[in-house]
Amino acid sequence: MNKKTDGQTMTEKIFSAKAGRRVTTGEYLLLDVDVALANDITAPVAIKEFQKFGGREVFDPDRMVFVADHFTPNKDIQSAQQVKLVRDFSQAHGIKNFYDVGRMGIEHVLLPEQGLVKSGDLVVGADSHTCTYGALGAFSTGVGSTDLAGVMFTGKAWFKVPEAIRVELFGNFAPGVSGKDLILHLISLIGVDGANYRAIEFTGPGVAQVSMDSRFTVSNMAIEAGGKAGLFPVDQWTRAYEQERGIEVELMDADADAVYSQTIAIDLSGLEPVVARPYLPSNGEKISVLEKEEIAVDQVVIGSCTNGRMEDLRQAAAVLKGRKLAQGVRCIILPGSQEVSLQAMREGLVEIFINAGCAFSTPTCGPCLGGHMGILADGEVAVSTTNRNFVGRMGHAESSVYLASPMVAAASAVRGIICGPATLGIEQE
Amino acid sequence: MLREGRVFKFGDHVNTDEIIPARFLATSDPVELAKYCMEDSRPGFGQREDLEGSILVAGENFGCGSSREHAPISIKAAGIGCVVAKSFARIFLRNAINIGLPIVELARTDEIEEDEFLKIDFDSGELVNTTKERKYLINVYPDFLQQIIRHGGWLPFATANLTPARVLGQRSGHEA
Repeated sequence: MNKKTDGQTMTEKIFSAKAGRRVTTGEYLLLDVDVALANDITAPVAIKEFQKFGGREVFDPDRMVFVADHFTPNKDIQSAQQVKLVRDFSQAHGIKNFYDVGRMGIEHVLLPEQGLVKSGDLVVGADSHTCTYGALGAFSTGVGSTDLAGVMFTGKAWFKVPEAIRVELFGNFAPGVSGKDLILHLISLIGVDGANYRAIEFTGPGVAQVSMDSRFTVSNMAIEAGGKAGLFPVDQWTRAYEQERGIEVELMDADADAVYSQTIAIDLSGLEPVVARPYLPSNGEKISVLEKEEIAVDQVVIGSCTNGRMEDLRQAAAVLKGRKLAQGVRCIILPGSQEVSLQAMREGLVEIFINAGCAFSTPTCGPCLGGHMGILADGEVAVSTTNRNFVGRMGHAESSVYLASPMVAAASAVRGIICGPATLGIEQE
Repeated sequence: MLREGRVFKFGDHVNTDEIIPARFLATSDPVELAKYCMEDSRPGFGQREDLEGSILVAGENFGCGSSREHAPISIKAAGIGCVVAKSFARIFLRNAINIGLPIVELARTDEIEEDEFLKIDFDSGELVNTTKERKYLINVYPDFLQQIIRHGGWLPFATANLTPARVLGQRSGHEA
């Protein structure tokens, strides 16, 4: 690498801090991780590998987090066995951060909310959406179950310091536009492998206009462009978020002269709601184009690790308040955690959803990956605030999924066709 | 290391939901996962009886999507000897190296077709399409990854070199 400056990206700063020396892009490192996460699909594989290779005690039980969220509440006997395996292992090895039904949330909503991950951390998770915590300015990336077993043996994982793409944000969102539209727009620009092997770093004056909940949504979907991570600076908003959890953090941003492989500028004020057509998250289309097609909708899903936080539910409720779902449309609300459920109840949002005709679920990943709790039939069309719309993702291989923001999803549920809230005469703040 | 076998050809962006759909993830048993390998891309593929030693060839971004290690596990357990693609999604690449599934990045996979035969020599860095009699040079892995590959995967390497004795119990280990 022929670096022209001394400036470092956020990625290089975090890896340098963890390595205890200045590191450069492309270097392979063996590093202690702060947190290693797995869920009820990926933890059993890691546990079996740990046992197969002779593991007796876990290197450091306190850095492990297991969340039973994918097929829970257990959808069948097999998934019950899987969760039992994780529960028993956690008990036997003193892993106190095992989150079972009743305590659990959807992992990527739960961990930041509970202060289990924080700014500047190095986090691996056996779940591709582990990149969500980049919203806090943590370097956080999805790995496999073997990597998790590796952390159980050594506390460490191997890394290649990635190059980074800079996304400079300017302006502010127009009413009815949020983080989901920003990330769907970005993925449509660079494609599903546009950031493969690389980190995406969001910078610029527009960052301050992106709420923490929207940042989580944006970072969550960095992987849908192949990104290894999706990082936001640690600014006053991050600091305030962390302080609510009793965590003090240092402000951090990339250096102005950091070297990036690519820079993309996005004016937030120029965005309109974006919807990704089947069968790739990169198939983003402006809502104004899709509205003309009057695409009929069978099911709407609002929530998930992408959009299951309070801002998301508030925005959906603002659209659904005093309205009813269109004839023949089902709508499932998936809060991201027990805290989110409780808060939604306190604010009267649950009542709004139920009065509109929605099902209000316990937290689960269920329908997002076609697991349970809302599978699509042959030929059905869903509008979903989740993160993937691959063939068969939410059910039958002949079903289709359009990815959208909570406001677009809620408006589509009311009208029964894919549309934005503006068509209901709603002026969103 | 040598791999030789018949080609099954796939396209770009083969995602983990096609490789092993979530409805089959309630188990982590490799034998079960093998039965549904590539199920949503080619129904019934995992049940074929001629997969042993075969080679999957694909386009860009093979293995994109979820982090499920079940995807490379199902491919390996189905008996497939190697995956050759123009590029791999990062987590799939990582998982394949970690579990010892050989993969090869080759830009010119468009020149390889279904049912052709390939011979891949990882030591000399040569891939031969024996049907078309075409030779290609393949990239050698960086030293760090070669260490892992030589040990047969990340856990054989990590438990032999980086794991404290207390973690391993009876077996001998070395303090990190």
